[in-house]
Amino acid sequence: MTDVIAPPAAGGGSLIPGMGTEHVAHAHEDHGPTGLMKWITTTDHKVIGLSYMITAVALFYIAGLLALGIRVQLTTPAGTFISFQQFNQLFTMHGSIMMYLFAGPFAFGGLANYVVPLQIGAPDMAFPRLNALSYWLFLGGATTMLMGFFVGGGAADFGWVAYAPLSTTTYTPGPGEDLWIMALVLTGFSAIFTGVNLVATIFYLRAPGMTMFRMPIFTWNMLVTGILILIAFPVLTAALVMLFADRHFGTMIYSVTGCHTVTGTPDAHACGSAVLWQNLFWFFGHPEVYILALPYFGIVTEIFPVFSRKPVFGYKGMVFATMSIAALSTGVWAHHMFTTGTVLLPFFSLMSLLIAVPTGIKFFNWIGTMWRGQLVYKTPMLMAIGFLFAFLMGGVTGVMLAAPPIDFFVHTTYFVVAHFHQVLFGTAVFGGFAGLYYWYPKMFGRMLNDRLGKWHFWLLFVGFWLTYMPQYILGLHGMPRRVASYPSNLGWQSWNIASTIGAFMIAASFMFLLANFWMSWRYPVPAGDNPWDAHTLEWFTTSPPPHHNYTHLPTIRSERPTWDYNHPQSPNIRHGSGRTRAAPGHSNGHGPGGSGNGAAPGHGNGSGMERREGPVS
Amino acid sequence: MSQPVDQSPAGTPLSTNRDAAVAGSPAAPAAAGEPAPAPRPRRSRWLGAAVLAVGGLLLAGCQIPTFSATKPTTTQGQDAIKLWQGFFIAGAIVFVIVFCLIAWAVFRYRRRSDAIPQQTQYHTILEIVYTAVPVVIVLVLFAFTFVTENNVDALPAPRLTVTVTGFQWGWRFHYTTKNVTVIGVELQDPQMVIPVHEAVRINLQSHDVIHGFYVPAFDFSRYAQPGIINKFTITPQSTGTYHGQCTQYCGLYHSLMRFRVKVVSATQFAAWVSTHHSSGPQKSVPTVERRALGKSTPSSTATPNSNASTHTSTAATYQTGSTGL
Ligand code: HEM
Ligand SMILES: [Cu+2]
Ligand SMILES: [Cu+2]
Repeated sequence: MTDVIAPPAAGGGSLIPGMGTEHVAHAHEDHGPTGLMKWITTTDHKVIGLSYMITAVALFYIAGLLALGIRVQLTTPAGTFISFQQFNQLFTMHGSIMMYLFAGPFAFGGLANYVVPLQIGAPDMAFPRLNALSYWLFLGGATTMLMGFFVGGGAADFGWVAYAPLSTTTYTPGPGEDLWIMALVLTGFSAIFTGVNLVATIFYLRAPGMTMFRMPIFTWNMLVTGILILIAFPVLTAALVMLFADRHFGTMIYSVTGCHTVTGTPDAHACGSAVLWQNLFWFFGHPEVYILALPYFGIVTEIFPVFSRKPVFGYKGMVFATMSIAALSTGVWAHHMFTTGTVLLPFFSLMSLLIAVPTGIKFFNWIGTMWRGQLVYKTPMLMAIGFLFAFLMGGVTGVMLAAPPIDFFVHTTYFVVAHFHQVLFGTAVFGGFAGLYYWYPKMFGRMLNDRLGKWHFWLLFVGFWLTYMPQYILGLHGMPRRVASYPSNLGWQSWNIASTIGAFMIAASFMFLLANFWMSWRYPVPAGDNPWDAHTLEWFTTSPPPHHNYTHLPTIRSERPTWDYNHPQSPNIRHGSGRTRAAPGHSNGHGPGGSGNGAAPGHGNGSGMERREGPVS
Repeated sequence: MSQPVDQSPAGTPLSTNRDAAVAGSPAAPAAAGEPAPAPRPRRSRWLGAAVLAVGGLLLAGCQIPTFSATKPTTTQGQDAIKLWQGFFIAGAIVFVIVFCLIAWAVFRYRRRSDAIPQQTQYHTILEIVYTAVPVVIVLVLFAFTFVTENNVDALPAPRLTVTVTGFQWGWRFHYTTKNVTVIGVELQDPQMVIPVHEAVRINLQSHDVIHGFYVPAFDFSRYAQPGIINKFTITPQSTGTYHGQCTQYCGLYHSLMRFRVKVVSATQFAAWVSTHHSSGPQKSVPTVERRALGKSTPSSTATPNSNASTHTSTAATYQTGSTGL
């Protein structure tokens, strides 16, 4: 193990931080190349995490532009802004980039990469070189996918789900589709490697005292996400390899071309199964939506406690809720296939409805965390609250979709588009950018401007609701998704115009983010180590953290060591008992500031605690 | 060639005025009602609560009984809509409760001092309650879902069977026992005629990729897939012409893969069958909208699958095919 743990850079060695004992004074050492070479050759999880985030956010802007193209086309019933073929490419690439290249990589490649080792007091990821490989595979995959726009026939245009047999060469013969498949194989491996890395890091590299049930919820969620990645992504990769074989090596796995007449009985021996693709895809695809959601749940679960100045409410319940979401998510894939007429409706319906329970638990955890708190409305908190409202609406409509008779009439309409944007946008955009505003000071040692952040939030919030609420109505009125034109006599146009206006407000809001980046680059405001009075370990080190993250660690007695360190009088308490969680079995005074015993952080002026030294230079 | 088949070239006169029929379609609800109010924290919680209440009333007031869903015109659709109403109301209640809890927390607990709040982390009874109650809600919802889905998917002995075939980019309606076939010429809207108050069995399949058979006024859809025959029943309750459209993305002209369902009285249906059984093929003309597409017309962006000759041979295949089920 040691040789993989050891960062390969000069002076690596084993650097697992101990219990506030001897630490290598390390920060002054020079660690390899600087400048561009540093970004290319690095195996430092922080630099890799930043590369991931920068790439993913750039791709988010690109996919957002594509969405604007879609929305412009739909402002009139027979839009002529782009051709049908271009339209089909736009929604395919928008969906694909958002799902495969932004939402996932931003969370588990970017933020998790950066934050998880810090949160558990590790010097790096378990496999730093594999981590670098993940990033380069991701970048290669992203480039491959975008390349589609420049080849003959254009980018892939079979939707982000690439349903067979539309995705076989009979119907989509172009190189753009092949590039799309190759891109997903590359990014799929990237995700798998990151999943391995996260799981190994969290299991093996926790600092002394950081037991599993003292890990921050973000880290917990990344652990579960990592496991889900290992369950889901190999299935996608295998399915894609088979699709590629169908396209180029003459296999008939999904392909049905020429193997049956339209009214005759299919010849089972000559036929592939188109519905097999759907089963495989959604066996990946539904866990995937939780792979995209859990990290963002984790982000807001860091933010709510910090900006409410309280611990996470129902911490353990939340962990179990996350696990049961993950477990259930592997058994609901066919709710995307209710209208195929080939799946057992009651089973998948019940499983899908049940997922609402752990999700509901999370809601009450978040609300309970804010309850009786002292809520501070900085941008990260506003974004997190924006997430709550968005996800609430998306979740309620998700429950409706779990009922097959309802799904029958809203499936593949704009109702579904509205639903999945409210959950995906709610998580990846509100949650994701909440995380960006929250951890930016840690990453760069500079604050983002809160005024600009609030502009960003409010425009985004209003634009979001304006974009998607009309789409619910459109779906209920029967407007199918993925259409480039629609009948003019069904009253759909005004709702579409409203939705387009909302989309432009969203676009405008993201100009404020760019402005904010520029401000912090041009007029830096130093952040200090812990600008939010946050709870978890990463706020104990400097901003940005030194090469191997920590020179000293506080004693870890609960899931919020930095808070315990800074507020020794205010440990976690259990309702009614007044007992500290950190020292079960010992009785304490009631309420915050109650006198603790020697083992509890509430005791006096922090005896038994590592004294923190000044910022490491 | 025992069946009259509609594959006449575009432009021949049409027996029924389709454009007019769709314009008057009951499947076109006016843009009624408001989108549900966008929840948004406000400075004053009272204002927020008031907006919510008024918005909710407004929403309920003008949308009862279908909450914006298309008014069903089949017995199956009526069942589905009842379930939808139940889910909508249950969903609205849950939404409002959780919304109010969030809004209360957001407004009530805005930071007022530097005091550190009580660091409560667990409340066992509360945790049990908010786990158990959703389980009960979900099980109740499931029970209703189960009953409804059996009704909607029931396959009573049909009075009439229509084999519906989707193809890129059109539809074919074959009346198995009546020797009638209607084919939409590629990119033109064919019309399926069925009698009112009768259980009509649809056998749905696809000639190429996956399509979606969707009639909003029936509040029902189902995939048309190659190699799979999907069976379902529709029992129309009122006459009229209804807009239908492919919902599963199926390639270049997916957007234009529309059709109509005309529900007529039993006698009209018998008359329709006899004319189409004996006389020549039913004809299609391009709709006005189709012509207005400008640069997006089929000829300007043809794909290997979208040229006219492919289409003609496609239609010919149908014609010679057996009657299926
Ligand atoms: C930035 C603002 C966004 C806007 C304005 C937007 C808008 C749209 C529009 C107009 C469509 C096409 C709907 C259709 O024709 O059926 C679409 C599809 C889609 N969007 Fe977004 N979207 C946004 C963000 C996102 C995000 C953040 C995600 C996911 C993380 C996402 C995932 C998808 C997916 C998966 C599709 C389906 C693509 C397909 O049909 O194959 N979108 N979006
Ligand atoms: Cu799913
Ligand atoms: Cu289609």
